[in-house]
Amino acid sequence: MLFKNHGIIERNSMILLIGILLVVSIGGIVQIAPLFRIEQTIEKVEGVRPYTPLELAGRGVYIREGCYTCHSQMIRPLRDEIERYGHYSLAAESMYDHPFQWGSKRTGPDLARVGAKYSDAWHVQHLINPRSVVPESIMPPYAFLEGREIGIKDVVDKHIVAQTRVGVPYTQADIDNAKTDLMAQADPNADSEGLQARYGGKVTVRDFDGDPSKVTEMDALVAYLQVLGTMVDFKTYEPKKAENLR
Amino acid sequence: MSDKKPKDDISGVETTGHSWDGITELNNPLPRWWVLTFYACIAWAVVYWVAMPAWPTISGHTKGLLGMSDRRQVDLEVAELVSSRAPQFAQLHATPIEMVSKNKELFQFAQESGRVAFAQNCSTCHGAGGQGAKGFPSLVDDVWLWDGSIQGIRSTLQTGIRTDHPEARFSQMPAFGRDKLLEPQQIADVAQYVLTLSRQPADARAAARGAEIFAANCVACHGAEGKGDQTQGAPNLTDREWLYGGTLQDITTQINLGRGGVMPTMSQRLDPATLDALAVYVHSLGGGT
Repeated sequence: MLFKNHGIIERNSMILLIGILLVVSIGGIVQIAPLFRIEQTIEKVEGVRPYTPLELAGRGVYIREGCYTCHSQMIRPLRDEIERYGHYSLAAESMYDHPFQWGSKRTGPDLARVGAKYSDAWHVQHLINPRSVVPESIMPPYAFLEGREIGIKDVVDKHIVAQTRVGVPYTQADIDNAKTDLMAQADPNADSEGLQARYGGKVTVRDFDGDPSKVTEMDALVAYLQVLGTMVDFKTYEPKKAENLR
Repeated sequence: MSDKKPKDDISGVETTGHSWDGITELNNPLPRWWVLTFYACIAWAVVYWVAMPAWPTISGHTKGLLGMSDRRQVDLEVAELVSSRAPQFAQLHATPIEMVSKNKELFQFAQESGRVAFAQNCSTCHGAGGQGAKGFPSLVDDVWLWDGSIQGIRSTLQTGIRTDHPEARFSQMPAFGRDKLLEPQQIADVAQYVLTLSRQPADARAAARGAEIFAANCVACHGAEGKGDQTQGAPNLTDREWLYGGTLQDITTQINLGRGGVMPTMSQRLDPATLDALAVYVHSLGGGT
C-alpha cells in the first residue's frame, strides 16, 4: 500500500515532513532512551570513589598531554588481556571519569591497572626520560612536568566544581577543603586526616615526585597513575553474579 | 503493480514508468543471489535477536536463549587456562623453593612461567634481561643489596621494599646534604673516602678526613670496612657495582639525597605460585648463595 501510494507523500510536503520526523524520532529514541537508564549498567562495587583533588589535577595533565592517544584504560574481557593486565575493566571503575579515558589505540601499554605496579621513582624517571628505564620505548619525554607547579586555583575553583555539575558526588566539604587536601596528599608530613576522612583510608599520601619543596604536575600525574585500577575491592566483587554478567 | 508498467521496446526490460522529456528509466531487477542474501541477513538478524543478548529493556536487556555473555565466556576461558596449569603450579608451590632446581621438569616449568611473569611485571624497572638501570638494581650480577638467596628473593617479592606492607624490607639512608646533617665540605671529604673504598683514584688528604666522618656516620649500616649489610639493604661500597653510579659526582649526590628505591609488593598482584616461579627465575639470573 505504502509503496503504491508514496506519490502522495512525495507530493505533499507537510505529510513528508511528518514522515521524516517519525523516522528520525524512532532512530533518536533507540539511541537516546537507554542513556536514561545508564546507571543500571554500572556494577555495584565497593571502593570506587571520586578522585582526590591531586589525582584530579593529574588526570587533567593526563588529558592535556594527550596520553589517551597512545594509552588505553580499558582491559577488555579477553583471555590474553586478562593474563597481561589483570581483571577486565568494570563500568564502575570509570563512573567518575568525565570524560572517560578508555582510549582506542595502544601505542603504549594499557594503563587501566598501572596503579601500584611500579614505584613513584620509576614513574618520575620514566616521565623525565622514558628511554633511561625502557630502552626500546618511543614515548616522548615529559621532563617539564617536574618544574611546573599545579594550577591549584583552576583545580579547586573550576575543575572540581565542573565535575560535580556532570554528576560526580563531591560534597560541599570536599570542594571547600580541596586546596588543603591537594597539598596534604603530596606531603607525607602534612596532616592528612581530613583527606582520608573524605576519600577513604586507602588514599596514598606521599611525596610522589621526590621533591618536597613544591607540588608539581609531576606529583599530580604520578598520584593519578598510582591510583588507576586500584580502587575496586575485588575480594567483595562477584563476577559470576547474574547482574554482573553482560 | 508491475503488470501496468510499460516495457522498453529495445531491451525488453520493464521501465519505472517515469518519463522525463521522453526519456524513460529502466527498472532492471536486482540479481537473485543478492536478493536472497539480503533476505537471509534479515532472517539471521531475527534469529540473533532471539538467541543473543540484544535489546535494551526497562530493567536491563534481553538475555537471549543461548545465555551468551562476554564475561561468562572469558571466565570459562580463564578457568580452563588456570586449570591446565594448576597441577604444575600446585606442585611448584608445595615444593620447598630451594629444592625446585633438583626436579628438572619442575625447574623448567618454573623458569618458563617465571620468565613470562618477569617480562610483564619486573622488566619495566629491572630491564628486559634483568640488567637493571641507574636506580634500579641489576639482577644478573651476584651483588645483592638485600638477601639474594632464593628464599630472600621470594621474601622480597612477597613484601616489597619500602612499601606499606607491614613486613616490607625497610631502611632509609639519611639525606646528609638536604637535611643538613653534614657540611658540604664534610660530604666532599667522605665522598673522596668512599672512592678509596672501591680503589678509585681520590684526593688522599680529603679521604683521610673523610675516613673519620665515615666512621662516625656511615659504619652503622655500611660496616667499618664499607662492605655493607644485607639485612639493612646497605650496599657494599668496596665493589665496583653501583646502584646510583660510582663517580665522585654520583656518590656526592647520593650522600646529599640518601635515595632509596621502592619495590612494589608483588603479592598484591600475583598469586603465590607465580611468585615462587619468579623467585626461581630471578635466582637463576644471578642469585646470591
